[in-house]
Amino acid sequence: MSLWKIAWRSIQQRALASSLTGISMALGVMLVVAVLVVHGVIDKSFLNNSGLGYNIVVGAKGGRLDLVLNTVYYLAPPVENIPYSYYQEFTQGKFKEYVDKAIPVCLGDMYRDFRVIGTTPDFFDELDYGGHPYEFAAGRNFKADEYFCGVIGSTVAREAELEVGDEFQPAHGASPEAHVHDPFKVVGILKPTGTPNDRGLFINMEGFYLIPEHAKPGDDEPASHPADHHEHEHHDEHGDAEGAHHDHESEHDKEHADHEDHAGEKEHAGDKGPADGEHADHHEDTDGDAHEREHDQAAEMPADDKDADRDHEKGDHHDHADEHGDHHEHAEHDEYGHHHEHSHEPLPFSKREVTAILVLTASVGGAPPELLAPGLIKSINKDSVAQAVLPIREMTKLFSTFVDPLRIVLLALTVMIVIVSGIGILVSIYNSMNERQHEIAVIRALGAGRRKVMFLVLLESILLSLGGGLAGWVVGHGLIAALSPWIAVQTGVSIGFLQFVGYELVIIPGLIALASLVGYLPAMAAYRTDVAKALSVTP
Amino acid sequence: MLLLKGVSKTFREPDGSALPILDIKQFQVAAGEQAVLMGRSGCGKTTLLHVIAGISRPDTGVVRIDGCDITRLSEAGRDRFRADKIGYVFQTFNLLPGFSALENVLLGMSFAGGRPDAPRARQLLERVGLAHRLTHRPAMLSVGEQQRVAVARALANRPKLLLADEPTANVDSGHQQQIIDLVRQTCREEQVALLLVTHTAEVAEQFSRVDRLEDFNQPG
Repeated sequence: MSLWKIAWRSIQQRALASSLTGISMALGVMLVVAVLVVHGVIDKSFLNNSGLGYNIVVGAKGGRLDLVLNTVYYLAPPVENIPYSYYQEFTQGKFKEYVDKAIPVCLGDMYRDFRVIGTTPDFFDELDYGGHPYEFAAGRNFKADEYFCGVIGSTVAREAELEVGDEFQPAHGASPEAHVHDPFKVVGILKPTGTPNDRGLFINMEGFYLIPEHAKPGDDEPASHPADHHEHEHHDEHGDAEGAHHDHESEHDKEHADHEDHAGEKEHAGDKGPADGEHADHHEDTDGDAHEREHDQAAEMPADDKDADRDHEKGDHHDHADEHGDHHEHAEHDEYGHHHEHSHEPLPFSKREVTAILVLTASVGGAPPELLAPGLIKSINKDSVAQAVLPIREMTKLFSTFVDPLRIVLLALTVMIVIVSGIGILVSIYNSMNERQHEIAVIRALGAGRRKVMFLVLLESILLSLGGGLAGWVVGHGLIAALSPWIAVQTGVSIGFLQFVGYELVIIPGLIALASLVGYLPAMAAYRTDVAKALSVTP
Repeated sequence: MLLLKGVSKTFREPDGSALPILDIKQFQVAAGEQAVLMGRSGCGKTTLLHVIAGISRPDTGVVRIDGCDITRLSEAGRDRFRADKIGYVFQTFNLLPGFSALENVLLGMSFAGGRPDAPRARQLLERVGLAHRLTHRPAMLSVGEQQRVAVARALANRPKLLLADEPTANVDSGHQQQIIDLVRQTCREEQVALLLVTHTAEVAEQFSRVDRLEDFNQPG
């Protein structure tokens, strides 16, 4: 019979006391696991920006941390925007040679509780997470010319019950009363990534721009097809900078004012006419006066009065088509079920803005991309247009200032709980030693040496600690898995049952060390047992 | 087989004074011999058994068992020797309450040199008439059954010497003879020397050799 079995029998014999001490240990370990895993996973998800495929975020000047929280984690409310022409500096302008990848993102819309992100297909084609390319559980990435298509994260698909082929209508702003826009068709569902992207809806930026209120006031210059963007001569920077710092709300207000002051000007270039009819324009012709008159009647226009709306749109777009000869007929909109059967033309660059640009600096001569980052950041920050931040640095700062001390306190408390549980085991075994003297003497009389009975007691302590610890570990992970949806809502980080943290490996040797420590006193009592004396005592 | 020569043992009283218990010039039991040891209460019978078993160390003298003077062994050596060569049946059975009958016998094998031999443990329990009680814990066994388990445990490692300390003292009179017969028969079959301590004349008179401790032990 092995010593383990003998020790286990001894534990079984005192089932109640053993269970209580085991539960006490389980609770302690459960708390340690919870603290370790939650902090570890959040740490990893927040700080591992190299795993996101980019190392710099460029956005409007303002709070650096806000920009990171907003752009990388979709947590903070949208910040201000930067001109589209500034984005073009990264794709074809002065920053091009320092940049390997530059992905634009446009924020501001929500679908239920989830952030809608306007971007390009490159987001999934060019970026990765933790070194893994984005994969689709269903469907595929949207294409550059599929304006009203998008890809959704796994959490969104699950919680909003969206499937490939379904449509969703982004709402401007975060409130339920926010304006509802045109529907976008889901063409792909991402496999879970464990990143905030699981909770995002990624729509074609071109479609995003065509949503009412997303065009900024400016020159009425049409854009070429997105596929031609890189070849397109970029715009006068001064002109583009105008209005660059209007956020969506102020822009929205301004648009209303512009309806009054600049009737006839095409505020919603490329606008298909809102589905809710709130801003629907009902035009019989393109005459400016008529537009002004009709605009006053807009509120009364039926939401489904699309024929008139389409006439207006076609009239507007006709000019652009004549000018540029690249009028984009969106035949695929029929294919993807849009109820706007009319053609769409990309929003002119002058009316575009982006919330941020996700930049991976170029790798020069085999050197890591990080080498170019400081210089690029310095040169971007010199401009008055935008700021560049290293997400890793901002998050590290946040963590070291607020989260790390809290974690240390929490960890210290939970370790104290485990130690108290360990002392509970000590008390339990030690108290049982008096009644077990006779048993120990019998085992000794059967030929077990002092060291063996000492080891038996230590094993008992270790079994109790490990058993309780293992139960606590399972319950801890179960608890985390159960709380995962809540954590995901709060942080955008999904944690699974089998999400481990390296520090957890310390738990088992730690418990064995603790058990040996607390088992030492009773083990020594067993070691010192006077066999002859103990045998003479009738049990 | 067993030879005690010049063995003495003295305890300390609470007031510090010496209390001599054993002073044996010579005592021996041959291999396979069955001997009874009698004596009044407190004369040192159990102490003598402890000294022979190596549980206690004599102050002086030689305790030679199967050619080995165990007084020269370290405590750990004596423990190992006891596990390998000596079986011990206690007056109060001393079965471990958390273990089944079979496990109690296996426990007796756990500290010897060889591996626990489950078939032998079963065979021993069958021999003592407990084949149907293998998985019963001591609390579920009668007193007589408990002592039979204790006998099986004492014989588990095929000892050279079986020490039985009043094995029938806590057994009802109906089962006393059964226990004695079992011990004697098994020792005979396995060629085990037996030294049995008893107060009961009916038990003693069944043995061809009966020694009184007072006859060869003359402390202070």
